[in-house]
Amino acid sequence: MSRYFTEDHEWIQVDGEVATVGITDYAQSQLGDIVFVETPEAGKTVSKGDDAAVVESVKAASDVYAPVAGTVIEGNAALADNPALVNEDPEGEGWFFKLTLADAGEVSSLMDEAAYKDFVSKL
Amino acid sequence: MSDHQIEDGEETLELQQLPLDSWHRARGGRMVPFAGYEMPVQYEGIMAEHLWTRDHAGLFDVSHMGQLLFSGPQVDAQLETLLPGDIKGLGEGRMRYSLLLAENGGIHDDLMVTRLPGGNGFETEAGDLYMVVNGACKWDDIGVFRELLPDEVGISHLDEQALLALQGPEAVNALERIVPGVASLVVMTAAAFEWNGNPLWVSRSGYTGEDGFEISLPGEAAEAFAEALCAQPEVKPIGLGARDSLRLEAGLPLYGHDLDLETTPVAADLGFALSKRRREEGGFPGHARIIAEREGAAIVKRVGLIVEGRQPVREGAAVVDADGTEVGKVTSGGFAPSVQKPIAMAYVPVALAAPGTRITLAQRGKVHHAEVVPMPFVPHRYVRKGN
Repeated sequence: MSRYFTEDHEWIQVDGEVATVGITDYAQSQLGDIVFVETPEAGKTVSKGDDAAVVESVKAASDVYAPVAGTVIEGNAALADNPALVNEDPEGEGWFFKLTLADAGEVSSLMDEAAYKDFVSKL
Repeated sequence: MSDHQIEDGEETLELQQLPLDSWHRARGGRMVPFAGYEMPVQYEGIMAEHLWTRDHAGLFDVSHMGQLLFSGPQVDAQLETLLPGDIKGLGEGRMRYSLLLAENGGIHDDLMVTRLPGGNGFETEAGDLYMVVNGACKWDDIGVFRELLPDEVGISHLDEQALLALQGPEAVNALERIVPGVASLVVMTAAAFEWNGNPLWVSRSGYTGEDGFEISLPGEAAEAFAEALCAQPEVKPIGLGARDSLRLEAGLPLYGHDLDLETTPVAADLGFALSKRRREEGGFPGHARIIAEREGAAIVKRVGLIVEGRQPVREGAAVVDADGTEVGKVTSGGFAPSVQKPIAMAYVPVALAAPGTRITLAQRGKVHHAEVVPMPFVPHRYVRKGN
């Protein structure tokens, strides 16, 4: 299993053809208290860079993009009742959605953890 | 991930620093541009800071606001030519919410005006008037006052003064401990005090709906005073983010969002700021229009909304009719930490303004349902009897 990151602060964990997507700890700390998350419906197909989910903090609404193309398997139902999970465990229990990859090779264009850390340290 | 809304107050040239700038940074404040200054939007988090203020006491730095002194012969009557409130009837140490009106009855700014007693610490005379105006409007306001008031009226901008607000049910305990005597003030009164040799002008007022105080003091004393307040167990520093969510729950409008030159006192539901004598006598900008609106000619009204579901509906969302035609606008909105629901203020046609009316909202292609409710969303807890 490998984890990749985008410059828009999404993470994607790949396990075979299935991937889990969420926002990074840096992203949640910038957003602050998260009060609402809208995750995509199962079956929705997304291209890389499409709006896939919405996350709202007390202060602002933000779009979460699909890091790669694929078909949504499920959204994280736990976030409907407890959006604060994204603050508490952004890179674990606070995941947004799972999808089957359209092209398993597409993740290779994303950053690995070390590259993302370096990217964030320069912001 | 990308933001739909940027932080309040767009990037401006040459942001200025306020007296507590380094103190905020040392306390972990996240600084953002606001009203031309760098100001703390939050410390530990908006939600926690909001709830702390409702339960204990929050210290807000509002030194960006404009503090003005008006002096001269009949200064009260002169100000009444621009404000619709009863300024002549304001006793020493009493304060009033008022509006700086434009010629057509639109609103230049909303403000607090206080009649000063002698020995007020500002080195100005008894009977002079102290005014606090919005930070983003202060330069324009000064221009309007200077242009429209006669030269005999002296206007001083107290730009060396800091302004702090201590808000919440435990504010009185904390402040009384270091400034004995403040507990004797009641809401909308003010008096001079002293702390460590520094003059303080303290009013029992605020912008959260809670009991609390606003304290004007020399900028050079602000850091030591803020430190002394935050050493009290009831007090934590609170950022602008929670200030916004607290005032929204309290049903208090924010200039530049819920009020502007296109809104009038009646449409904004600020009829209480029009005193009976002034309504009858007139003599303020927009009098004829404002009275006509008060007698039924108003087309829209500012109302409170509770939004169904959990998703916030924010400033800029449309109020729509059954056909999807825009008939009004949301001017403030967000998730309310104490109410635990999304709430909003909106201008709606008067036919839709009664509490209980169901309203449809549209935001980024999505429809939301809301109900008109009386404001405030959280009851005010002002102290009307001193100890």
